Amino acid sequence: MAATKASKEQKYDRQLRLWGDHGQETLENAHVCLINATATGTEILKNLVLPGTQIFFLSNNSIGKIRAQAATELLQELNSDVSGNFVEESPDKLLDNDPEFFHRFTIVIGVQLPESTCLRLGSVLWSAAVPFLVCKTYGLIGYMRLVVQEHTVIESHPDNALEDLRLDQPFAEFKNHIQSYDLDSMDKKDHSHTPWIIVVAKYLEKWLSEHNGQPPKNYNEKEAFRQCIREGILKNENGVPEDEENFEEAIKNVNTALNPTKVPSAVEDLFNSVQCNDITSQTLSFWVMLRAVKEFVLNEGNGSLPVRGTIPDMIADSQKFINLQNVYRQKAMQDAATVSKHVECLLQSFGKPPESISEKDIKLFCKNASFLRVVRCRSLAEEYSVDSVNKDEITSCMDNPDSEMVFYLMLRAVDRFYQQHSRYPGVYNYQVEDDINKLKLCVNNLLQEYSLNVNIKDDYIHEFCRYGAAEPHTVAAFLGGSAAQEAIKIISHQFVPFSNTFIYNAMSQTSATLQL
Amino acid sequence: MADADEPEKKRRRVVELTEKMVVDGGDGHNCEWEGRWNHVKKFLERSGPFTHPDFEPSTESLQFMLDTCKILVIGAGGLGCELLKDLALSGFHNIHVVDMDTIDVSNLNRQFLFRGKDVGRPKADVAADFINSRIPGCCVIPHFKKIQDLDETFYRQFHIIVCGLDSVVARRWMNGMLLSLLVYDDGVLDPGSIIPLIDGGTEGFKGNARVILPGMTACIDCTLELYPPQVNFPMCTIASMPRLPEHCIEYARMLLWPKEKPFGDGVVLDGDDPEHIQWVYQRSLERAAEFNITGVTYRLTQGVVKRIIPAVASTNAVIAAACATEVFKIASSAFIPLNNYMVFNDVDGLYTYTFEAERKENCSACSQVPLDMHFSPTSKLQEVLDYLTESASLQMKSPAITATVEGKNKTLYLQSVASIEQRTRPNLSKTLKELGLADRQELAVADVTTPQTMLFRLCFTS
Repeated sequence: MAATKASKEQKYDRQLRLWGDHGQETLENAHVCLINATATGTEILKNLVLPGTQIFFLSNNSIGKIRAQAATELLQELNSDVSGNFVEESPDKLLDNDPEFFHRFTIVIGVQLPESTCLRLGSVLWSAAVPFLVCKTYGLIGYMRLVVQEHTVIESHPDNALEDLRLDQPFAEFKNHIQSYDLDSMDKKDHSHTPWIIVVAKYLEKWLSEHNGQPPKNYNEKEAFRQCIREGILKNENGVPEDEENFEEAIKNVNTALNPTKVPSAVEDLFNSVQCNDITSQTLSFWVMLRAVKEFVLNEGNGSLPVRGTIPDMIADSQKFINLQNVYRQKAMQDAATVSKHVECLLQSFGKPPESISEKDIKLFCKNASFLRVVRCRSLAEEYSVDSVNKDEITSCMDNPDSEMVFYLMLRAVDRFYQQHSRYPGVYNYQVEDDINKLKLCVNNLLQEYSLNVNIKDDYIHEFCRYGAAEPHTVAAFLGGSAAQEAIKIISHQFVPFSNTFIYNAMSQTSATLQL
Repeated sequence: MADADEPEKKRRRVVELTEKMVVDGGDGHNCEWEGRWNHVKKFLERSGPFTHPDFEPSTESLQFMLDTCKILVIGAGGLGCELLKDLALSGFHNIHVVDMDTIDVSNLNRQFLFRGKDVGRPKADVAADFINSRIPGCCVIPHFKKIQDLDETFYRQFHIIVCGLDSVVARRWMNGMLLSLLVYDDGVLDPGSIIPLIDGGTEGFKGNARVILPGMTACIDCTLELYPPQVNFPMCTIASMPRLPEHCIEYARMLLWPKEKPFGDGVVLDGDDPEHIQWVYQRSLERAAEFNITGVTYRLTQGVVKRIIPAVASTNAVIAAACATEVFKIASSAFIPLNNYMVFNDVDGLYTYTFEAERKENCSACSQVPLDMHFSPTSKLQEVLDYLTESASLQMKSPAITATVEGKNKTLYLQSVASIEQRTRPNLSKTLKELGLADRQELAVADVTTPQTMLFRLCFTS
């Protein structure tokens, strides 16, 4: 029974506050393929179905069919808005007979897959540019590998974003607005309710005129500048400074307020990338908009990104605050309109209609211009090839023999064990002791093949035999939550996915992200 | 497809199918079905290089977990549902769960033990029913109560307590309760009286999990600064200088509602009543229009009125899993437990940070010595009250202060009972000297943040 829009809004309310209605839409329209309904697989599925993502299930073997069916029924119960589908077909068979089956998906999530299947699937998905998330729970270790050629993020929602106030290079309308204030002639009420941005701007003007146009740079100068502001606090008839919270705010914010406005280096790197400079009719709108912003920066922006248009709340009376906010908002709109013109030109230059990229999208892009992110992961083939293995990353991490990198190497070693013995080490109690030596051989074999001059402690080899390829539920659940959210990031293009390998150690409750 | 039998048939089929969801590998003998606990047994029956020094491989540990080990889960919401499932699937079959709430439709995006038809029913009851009917052998006993409604006899029966709470006050109360159960023989802590407390918390994409051994490791109050007090907008901003849409909403909620009583005398604003929210929304829009403020939406109105914290299934899954792993480690000694605090954030990639939170020497909850408070004899009682509520390390909510004056127990100020509040209110503007208090005397303070009265020593400054 399809839910009404209102009841869906109610149900999804808590998550809509994180990724908005537009983010939610991407989940509901996505086609996610999940392979293998193990404990980890069903946990990932639960965490995708609950928020409304559409799922397609693939089972790996005959026991899996029962799992997949049970899981699908359970999951449809979890969220009646989601129609789970499952197929009883091993991924290996599909790769043999119909690899294009996988091309239709927004993302493919492979759980507890043997190395050979992973590599084959990885290759097909890489050529089809379909993101691939590999997940594995092995004893108390969780492992994820993201394989995506290029993933663009406009709305990265950074935790600690710096404000875009332009105090170091006030635009014309901002300058005019500052002029409209005369702190010295204001009555106490107005003086105490002037936004701190104006206060800093005014004192900065004075400072610049007295210091050859040079803003306060080092600690001493900033201290002196703060002192100037402090002296501007009104005093009562006894010479005691009044309580002016807005001035206190100004003093507190001097440090960040004086940060020079500049294009973040991450964004500069994007400007310099091939995709930004070689625009064709096939280019994604992200790069077209980026190029337009680059043009803006080089021309109308005078080296700066379009104004973001938001200011933090601050002590001020309503009118002063709203007027100041509007100065920034209007400049942001203007800048976005200018960027729009650049977008139009670019689109025209290869015969696409200007409506191909909406005003709304351009505005969103400009607002997030400082926070744009692009994630690129190497293919599995590159990771596994002797010629391109990331030796540096591996050996430098292993300078600490207890770093999470050791678990990556052990997982590779048990994959080798599986190839040689058609089973994982230590599954049965009687196997544990003998398998330790066998596994050690696999470890050495692995290190030799890749010429990795690292030492793996025997304790880890023993422990991986002890694990016996177990998939304990709490570790599966940790990975299930982590993987589901990474998949949601890929689908929604909001928040930033990890790159490219994540290891979770439930023994120490630590984790690491590695670049392999 | 709507006949009454359908759900029951479906449920039975699901249980059948679940039973067949066997984990690969098998060493099966004497389990409910072949191989059911294989994954767990590997950690209980095999020795290894990373186990706890006390660990001994044994086939009896599993039986202990299944039959004897008693776990208490506090909260059956976002974390609680995940915890119950994780613990049940890990072999803990004697679980109690406490939750004072009923199910709301906005819970359904993550509290997966609940369905649309359960809206309005107590979370503890529905969660217990679900686990009991789907996980053969597991027995979850629900308590539709506040944690404060249960006493030490209740809490003492558990081996481990796991919290999935959404309130710092409740956490502190629980923390205080477990501290009060500690037994000291000649000043030495009896380890048998320690009940480990595993505490999880989440907010959006952030979360944390911590292990507390009351009397031994940092407790909730030792790290109170990690929970900064909730910031409320200043009254003058709301009343006369709104700048943000939130200010307009708070104006309607805090000033207009009590004045206009739109739904009748004594009718309190109910954030779950759409009509109430609609009213606040409309009045907020009017307020915003007056000041040219944009951005008031129905969703924002609800968010401000109900103090909504965004939430998603994945973060709760991660944090609950980490907590459940710790329960397993402590119950089995299979590994050394987390020492003792992990934070998680998956806004940008996945970030975890693990550290050992330290005990505070003068912790208001676990340091066992009366805390000194320094005031001049001419300070007013109001100043003492302010100190108790505003100090970052105390953060009390509505403390009741009593003291022995001239041999008699005197209530200096108590807020929670209206008649006593009225009677003692004048004391707030009296000085400590006027109230007959002496230097170095003890003040007893009671508050919702702690189940036991806290003792302070009043030290007069000159």
